[in-house]
This record gives sequence, C-alpha cells and structure tokens, in this order.
Amino acid sequence: MNLLNISGSPHVHSDESTKKIMWRVNMALIPTLLVAIAYFGISALLISLISVLSCMLFQWLIEKYILKVPSTVCDGSAIVTGLLLAFNVPATASMLWIVVIGALVAIGIGKMAFGGLGKNPFNPALVGRVFLLISFPVQMTTWPDISKVQFFGLDTVTGPTPLGMLKERGAEALDNLPEVWDMFLGQVGGSFGEVSALAILLGTAFLLWKKVITWHIPVAFIGTAAIFSCILWLVNPVHVEAVDGVNQLVGYIDPLTTILSGGIMLGACFMATDMVTSPMAKSGQLIFGVGCGLLTVIIRTWGAYPEGVSFAILLMNSVTPLINRWCKPQRFAC
Amino acid sequence: MTQQILIAVIVLGAIGAFFAVVLYFVAQKFKVVEDPLIDEVAEVLPGANCGGCGKAGCRAFAEACVAQHSLEGLRCAPGGDAVAAKIAELLGCAVEQGEPQVAVVRCHPANCGENRRSNYDGLRSCAFAATVYTGENGCPFGCLGCGDCVAACQFDAIHMDAETGTPVVDEDKCTACGACAKACPRRVIELRNKGNKGRRVFVRCINKEKGAVAMKTCKNACIGCGKCAKVCPFEAITVADNLAYIDFTKCKACRKCVTECPVHAITDVNFPAPAKKPEAPKPVEPAAPAEQAPAN
Amino acid sequence: MKTFKMGGVHPEENKISNDAAIEVIPVPSQMVVLMNQHLGAPATPIVQKGDKVKVGQLIGEAQAFMCANVHSPVSGTVAKVEPCKDAFGLAKPAVYINVEGDEWMETIDRTPDIKRECTLEPKQIVDKLKEMGIVGLGGATFPAHIKYNVPEGKKAEYLIINAAECEPYLTSDYRVMMEHAEEVCIGVSILRKALGVPNAYIGIEMNKPQAIAKMQETAKQFEGIVIEPLKVKYPQGAEKQLINAVTGRKVPSGKLPIDVGCVVSNLGTSFAVYEAIQKNKPLIENILTVTGKKLPSQHNCLVRIGTTYNDIIKHTIGELPATTGKVISGGTMMGKAVVNLDAPTVKGNSSVLVMDENEARRNPETACIRCGKCMHACPMGLEPYMFSALVKNNRIEEAKEHNILDCIECGCCFFSCPANKPLTDEIRLGKNKVRAMMAAKK
Repeated sequence: MNLLNISGSPHVHSDESTKKIMWRVNMALIPTLLVAIAYFGISALLISLISVLSCMLFQWLIEKYILKVPSTVCDGSAIVTGLLLAFNVPATASMLWIVVIGALVAIGIGKMAFGGLGKNPFNPALVGRVFLLISFPVQMTTWPDISKVQFFGLDTVTGPTPLGMLKERGAEALDNLPEVWDMFLGQVGGSFGEVSALAILLGTAFLLWKKVITWHIPVAFIGTAAIFSCILWLVNPVHVEAVDGVNQLVGYIDPLTTILSGGIMLGACFMATDMVTSPMAKSGQLIFGVGCGLLTVIIRTWGAYPEGVSFAILLMNSVTPLINRWCKPQRFAC
Repeated sequence: MTQQILIAVIVLGAIGAFFAVVLYFVAQKFKVVEDPLIDEVAEVLPGANCGGCGKAGCRAFAEACVAQHSLEGLRCAPGGDAVAAKIAELLGCAVEQGEPQVAVVRCHPANCGENRRSNYDGLRSCAFAATVYTGENGCPFGCLGCGDCVAACQFDAIHMDAETGTPVVDEDKCTACGACAKACPRRVIELRNKGNKGRRVFVRCINKEKGAVAMKTCKNACIGCGKCAKVCPFEAITVADNLAYIDFTKCKACRKCVTECPVHAITDVNFPAPAKKPEAPKPVEPAAPAEQAPAN
Repeated sequence: MKTFKMGGVHPEENKISNDAAIEVIPVPSQMVVLMNQHLGAPATPIVQKGDKVKVGQLIGEAQAFMCANVHSPVSGTVAKVEPCKDAFGLAKPAVYINVEGDEWMETIDRTPDIKRECTLEPKQIVDKLKEMGIVGLGGATFPAHIKYNVPEGKKAEYLIINAAECEPYLTSDYRVMMEHAEEVCIGVSILRKALGVPNAYIGIEMNKPQAIAKMQETAKQFEGIVIEPLKVKYPQGAEKQLINAVTGRKVPSGKLPIDVGCVVSNLGTSFAVYEAIQKNKPLIENILTVTGKKLPSQHNCLVRIGTTYNDIIKHTIGELPATTGKVISGGTMMGKAVVNLDAPTVKGNSSVLVMDENEARRNPETACIRCGKCMHACPMGLEPYMFSALVKNNRIEEAKEHNILDCIECGCCFFSCPANKPLTDEIRLGKNKVRAMMAAKK
C-alpha cells in the first residue's frame, strides 16, 4: 500500500479552479467574436488570433526569461486579455501589427510587471488599449464602414461611429444615428467587440449562470450610466440648434443610446468585472460600478474623448484597494 | 522680455532664499543630538540587520556599543573578529575574542528512503506541520523538512537537500546569527563552535524517547546507552532523557565517541580521510575533508 | 426552513453509510486507553501494573478543573501504565490492559429495558455526568459537567441538540436517531432538567428525512422537545451557526454560547447521557462510521474506546484498499488525517473515513486572483485572503486586529478557493502565532 497522505483539514475541495474560471470567460466571449466576424469579416478573426497568440507568447517569454518562474500560460488568463484587447480595437488592416504592441504592453506592463496573475492593480486589456489609443490615435479611431465591409477583404472603407458623430456635434449626426435595434444587434460602426449588445448579454448570462460574476458591477455600472444620462437628457434633450450661425447638436443623448453605444456593455460586463482589479465585497462592487458609470458619462459628455469607458474603469481600478479597505464584509460575531 | 525674465528670477530667488532661512532654523530647532561615534560604529558593521546580536538592527547594536562604551556581552556574529576589533579600536576598549560558530543540523538525513513513512501534503511550513503530526519520518523530535530554516536565513547559507529532505548548512556563508535555530519549531538546529580547522563532533539526534522506541523510528537515533560518555576522556558528554549531548566547549575532537557509538548517531565533520573504512549503515558521506559541510 | 445567514459551502454529502445498522465490534486481546480523551489536562491513572479491572471501572481520575474521568472499557489485568503513540504519532499517557473475559461493574444496568423516569435533581445530574466521564461527542470532547454547570450570573434559556451531522460521509448520529430515538429523547429530557430550560431543540439537517420523521414521532411522547429541520449547508453543525439558525442569536466574538443563553450538545452525547444517568454506564463505548467510496462495504460500529484503527478496519472491511490515500478521523472538512493506524480510538471519534488517493490529493497552489470566494464562503464574515497575506508577511498584530481568532477552522475558505491556496492551514498557523504573541506579552 502507498504511504498515507497527511495534511491539515479540509481534505476535500470544490471543483472550482482558476483555469475553469478563465475558460468560462473565454467561452462567454465567443458569441461576441462570432458576431464580430459576421459583421466585420475575416479581419476580426485575424486580429483576435494575433492578439491572443501575442499575449500568450509574451507571457511565456517573460515568465521564462525575465521572471524565471514556471509558466502559467495554460490557465487561460492570457487568452482572456488577448480577446478583450482585440475586441477594443477597430477591425482594420493596420491593427494586425498594432495589436501586437498592445499585447506586449497589456501583458508586460499591465500584468507581469506587477508580478503576474492576481497582482496587477489595473485591467491589463485596458492598459493595452489605452496605450494604443494614446500612441496611435489615428489608427485607433478609424473604424470600418459596416455597410461596406467585405468578408475576406482586409482593406476597408472607413466610416463613423455613433459616439464619434455625437462628439463632433455635426447637425447631421442626429439623423444619421443608427436605430436602437441596430445598436443592440451590432449593425453599427465601432471596435468590433463592443458593437453587439446582444452577444455581450448572452455571454454575461452564461457567466452569471456559472457564478463566475455576480450582477452587482454590471447592473451598477450600466444602471448608473443610464440614470445619469437620463437626468441630463431630461434637462436638455439633444436637438439641433444654431450656434454662431452653424447648425449644431446641443444637449444630451437619451439613456438607451448611451448604454448601447460604445463600449459600456463590453466594459461593464467583461472588463469591470475582472476579479483581480475589482473590489471583493458586494457593497464595494456596487460603489465600483456606480463610480464607473458616473465617470463614463462625464468623460463622454464633457471630456475630450468620445468614449470614456476605458478611462473610467482604469480610474476606478486605482481606487479599488481603498474600496476594499472601506467595504469589509459583515462580521458574524461583533 | 528681459524685464519679465528679471522679475521672474528675482521673485523665485527671493522665495528660495526665504525657504532656505526657514529650513535652516527648523533644522537647528529640531536637530537630534547624537553621538557621532554611533555613526562611525554603524559604518563598520555589516549592515545586514539580521538580529543575531539580539538588537533591533545594526544601528541599535551600534547605539548599545557606544552607550556602554565596551563590547561586553555584545557580539556581531556576521562581522566576526574583524569587526569586533574595529569597533574596539573606535571605542578604545578591549576586544572580546569570541569563538567562531556555525549552525549545526542535529538530525540524520531523515525524510527519505525507508525513513519516509507518510506523505505530507499540507502547507509547506514547519511551524504548521509540527502542529498536525510528527512529520514524514515519524520522529516526534526530528526535522520536518518544510524549510522554515531556509526561509529564515538572510545569508543564503542553508538549503534543503532534495534527496534527503533535511537542510544542509554552507559553512562559508553561515554567520551563526541564529535565525534558522529560532525558526525551527523542533529546535533541531544549534549554534556550535566551528572548532579548530572547522573540525567538530556532535550527536546527530535530539530524540528523547526510550532507546527501543527511537530505534523503531530511525536506525541512527541516539538510544541513550551512555557508551560515548564512558569513553570520552574529557568528560564532554552528558546523557539525559535517553539522549547524549556533547558540550562543544569541552570537546577536543578526539573522535573516540564516534567509533564507540553502536548506532552511529555521532558525526564528525571536516576531518581528513582516515584509513578506516566507512561504516555501512551510515547513510551519508564518509568523513572526508569537505569544502562545504555536506550535512551538519 | 431555518439556517444560518452568512457564508457556508455545499460539499458532496456522500452519506453512503446511511443504511448500515450499528454493529458491535469485538473486543481485541489488548486495549490501550489514553488518559487524555477530552479537552483539558489528562486524567491521572489510578491503577498500576498488575491491577485487575472490570468494565466501567474508573482507571483515570479527573484531578484538574478542565478534566474528565476515564473508565476501563474492558475487564482484565493492567499490563503497564506508560505512554502510547496516538493517531498522529505523538506519545500520550495511557493505560495498557490485557483483556480477560467481559466482566462488567455490578452497578451498571445491562438490561435492555428503557428507563424513562429520572429522579435526580439538576445538581445531582451534573455530578453524575462528571462521575461517568461524559464529554461532548461532537468532536471537541468538552467535559459535560463543566458545560452543564452554568456559572453564576449567566442563565440558560435554550438547550440545543446538534443532530445536524453536516460533515460529509458521517452517519453515526443518523443511525443513533433511527435505532435509539427513545433513549436519545430521554437523554435530552435529562439535560433539559439539568439546565432548567423550558424547551430543547434538536436541529437535524433536511438530508435525513427519515430521522426527522422518527424523532418527531418519538418526541411527541416527551415534554419540551422540539425538532428543528435545518437547511443542508456546511457548517450547519458548527456551534455558533447552529445557535444562529435555531434561535437567531449571534455569539459575540470571544464569548461562549452561554453568554447568549444557549447550551449546545451533540446528539451522541445525549445518548451517552441516557446510558450514564439511567443505566449507570460510564462513557466506554463510541459509535463511529467506517466509510469511503472505494470500500467493499459501509459500516456504523459500536466500539469500545481504545480499539485501534487497525482492529476496526480488520473487523469491518478486512484491510484498507490498495489505492488508499488518506485515513481520516472525522469528516472531510474538519477531520484529522491519521498517520498511526495502531493508535487507539478515543471518546468523540466519529469515523474511520478512508479516502482514495485521487480524492485525497491536494492540487498545487496557484496565485490568488482576488475573487473573494473565500470571503463569501466564510460563515464568520472574515477575510481569509487577508489573513493568508498577513501571516506570510509575519504581521501578527494586524492579524489579531482583523479578528483572526474568530475563525472556527471550518475549512470553507480552502474548499471554495479556485487557486487551491491552503488558507485554513495558514489561518491556523496565524492563530497559533497570535496566541503565542499574546502569551508572551503577559
């Protein structure tokens, strides 16, 4: 007979593991990927593949040669980062090599520089995305025109996105805004992961069912953005006005357009809920979600950028340790 | 344009001058008067802050030396005699020559082969494993093999031998600060004199169980038979609680006890290769002149 | 359905030995009786080599405050009084007895009739509990006479009997309820009388519907016994959680159940109380479960305390399966892994649980992903991930301030951690260090 095993109790374990959690997130991202390929063609698939492979490669290289620790590439977290980074960029030809740089920054600076999985304060995919946005502003804000996409073509005709149009405040924007239903399904311009609210919701439902995430952050984030934009919209709904002789858009857009346009859905459901960078207690998560929602609408409305989700989430990530300190779980015995 | 530059320079210069004066007076008012000797002594110390001297860091040791103006009762183990001499020179006092010491692991390579009677799967911490059970070798006094001593050492002088599951001390790096001895929950590690030419003799066991019980756990366990004490010409060995102990201040390294011990519980280290044949049951290396102590 | 509100996990129940009726394990030829089968100081042996003893005779006397009497489970001659290695390899004081025949003390009533009436006064009941060496059989083995001697200034309002048996695999309490429901109820009534409370609540988890029905049926014949079905959730049987579920009260940090007017005892203890008070039988027998997924048969056994693990295995399943990984005394969540199978069993042992090597293996530890599952699973509302970090960095003072001593070591944190971090072990280590720090300060 073998030697007996001895350890402290307990002697059983649930079948949860980090690998399972990461792979469930990957599976939840598949509907979004499929929709992206359907609307944006093969370029979406290629960019996603390159992003994922780059993230895995850089993580493996850094772990082997710089940190000199055993490789953890198989736990699936690099794939999650790769997919989310890819979903945040436009599906254009120039992205094929730019996303590699994004992967290097996301994995190298966003994750490994802090010590690897579990030790980073900022969401790695967002670190990569923001780096790309600031370093390659033109390429990162040039989106393909969705009505003219060829499935196998890599060179695309570019077109505007709803948020881009609204930021420029051109009078035609109001007429050219896509229908709410189109925005829900994904028939709009934008980074190919954030367009389809339906696909994202499907993925989120899967994650909620498998208890990978809870409802607190997505509901708080989207809810706050909706309520805040609703208040602004009620005060001054968007309309065309003559300003200095030129017809311009004035006022605030309605809440439904707010939450369906841009990256709020993707951000609230997949990026803000990242366990490593979000608070642990439920009350903390609600505060986190509210903060993200407020900041997103503020940046969109009064900031220089048309999209505020990335910055909002990164800012709230930086406050997470404080939130963790304030929002302790309720103790049983006081 | 020149006027603007001139105004800027004058204004900033005035602000700078003002703050310089404020800082000067504040520095004067809140100045900590310290004996400059403390800085000089602290300079000479190794600066490892290992705590082996019993003080809270090298600075505290320096303060203690200067406060009592001598080295009585104070010894920096990592610094050794060289540092002690320098401090004595600075303080103008007599230097206490101490015996160089080294950490010694008093357990036979125990967590391997037939000695391994169970498989420990829990938290790799000796302090914790000691509360769960006797350890993989089944000896309630022996080494647990989880490496608390290795984690405690700041000088990279002790490492776990993967084959035997017991720690090995690197004599050259060991400064006898005592951190490993404190970290071991079973008190297996002891600080002993390095000995003349690094040669020392010690009982590689601390098992206090009755001989028959101890033998069941480990073939080289000390059974407390007392033969070593009888044969020692210098009365350096005492036997108490079924365990022999060699007093390193009295031991003259004659090695009579090593050959006398029927279970080969006594080890000699750093002796030249003798003509005698290596004993079969001894599980480790023969007493060859080793560059490093393979297993203390 | 009542339950505790905070935390908790759902391990696989594996109550595969539910239907095994209690069988008697034969007495071996030599019995080793440990002197420390309870919380507190070991009992002092009052016999010597060569003395003849009978079943139920006092052989170890409780001479300290926190101590209990130990009685001989066999009749024969004392072979020696010297230390014996317990289940974890550590030497503990013991009395070795060579078994001769099966002669019981004349005072013990061995008839099978069930005696209902108890004519003793509360103080007499508590004294008799002490005399008979009754300790809590839930695993903590707290001496019963101390628990039922309510200190001055405190009042007992609830008597709660823990029949939750929330640990996976264990079924001994279930079998006692199915086979000795009446005796249990009598024992509970005696304890109720000793405390002077109006009602006793027997908490039973919902995964034992037949036991609930049987106990409800039997309790009708008794005054003041209420059966409380409880939701199946681990650790429902933990003292503080049980009190919270049944009464809604929370035992404050650092305090005892009596401070919220509650006294909790295990179901097995109430059966032992019946035998002690009504039949003058000291605590010399134990009912434990022999179970495991790969065993050829499942058993619930009545053993004399002091029977070794190997003896029990021999008489139930023959030998351990070749692929055995761990043998556990207790359940999978809080039980202790046994290394020395020649060790004697003691009062309060609830099982010999044989785990297969695949089931018993711990997966390697990976990085903490700050998911917070440990925090949400903790029934005491603590933060295990924080304790792990504090203990690793030797910040013991802070660990104490974060209430590490509130931890009941239930194991929910390790169970739910996706990264397989040995959280419960680290917290135990932290608690030891905090206690050492507090002792050093005094």
